[in-house]
Amino acid sequence: MENKITLITGASRGIGQAIAIKMGQSGAVVIGTATTENGAGAINQYLEKSGIKGMGIALNVNDAEQINHTLQTIREKFGEVEILVNNAGITRDNLLVRMKDEEWDDILETDLKSVFRLSRAVLRAMMKARYGRIINISSVVGAMGNLGQTNYAAAKAGIFGFSKSLAREVGSRNITVNCVAPGFIDTDMTRALADEFQQSLIQHVPLGRLGRPEEVASAVTFLASSAAGYITGTTLHVNGGMYMD
Amino acid sequence: MENIEQRIKKIVAEQLGVNEAEVKNESSFVNDLGADSLDTVELVMALEEEFECEIPDEQAEKINTVQEAIDYVTANTSAS
Repeated sequence: MENKITLITGASRGIGQAIAIKMGQSGAVVIGTATTENGAGAINQYLEKSGIKGMGIALNVNDAEQINHTLQTIREKFGEVEILVNNAGITRDNLLVRMKDEEWDDILETDLKSVFRLSRAVLRAMMKARYGRIINISSVVGAMGNLGQTNYAAAKAGIFGFSKSLAREVGSRNITVNCVAPGFIDTDMTRALADEFQQSLIQHVPLGRLGRPEEVASAVTFLASSAAGYITGTTLHVNGGMYMD
Repeated sequence: MENIEQRIKKIVAEQLGVNEAEVKNESSFVNDLGADSLDTVELVMALEEEFECEIPDEQAEKINTVQEAIDYVTANTSAS
């Protein structure tokens, strides 16, 4: 993917960072977004350290105006986005009986609506170019459910349906839309889980360990590569076997 | 200098992959020229580019024939 302009949301740490580095090492120009200027600075640092062309940008993915502004900046500096990786996501876990409207809305807005907004924003240029790759990071939780995560599971399952529909809409323009659904990966998000819960999770993973962010990044990089040119509307599960489609 | 009608017919022919002779003023993009819904979106994008204007979605939805495109561009741009 030599010099392909790649936009990755939520790239300051965890899975997003691993995706940015692996895509960059495969030759892509990487623009990573973070919610804060500090996060954008961190992206700039690791891109520079790895010798990857690109930049970090502060972006609130819930703000349509900011999205347009970010795309304008990318256009001026590098060109139109050719590969979009919708990775930004948050959790606000609670049992449904106690879940507040804000907890539901925050997750649907950040984890699902942002995917719609960003995909829409890059699509015209991809249609014109007759080339595009959209890769949405969902979750094993969207496929199998998880207690305390009705909001997160709903958003992540929504991404599956969104991706399949969009894949049908734009396939004739040589734009592919796929999902990667990580299982339990060793990141800040899963480190926040209680130890005994982590241990009980691993019991349900045939491979017997948490995944590494790089292992998710490999799946994303594959779907973005020309080797995956005939794959669209599908999901690559990267979960150590804890859920089998 | 080509006039608006010629320029639009040329774009329509290119965008929809049809012969320019087939593109009549009364031709409907979908019914006569075989456009699908995504083709019509792209056609509007191409018109916006050619005539350096922005066509709002609610206007774009009303442009279904070659003549409607000509009328819109004539009324809403400085092209002549």
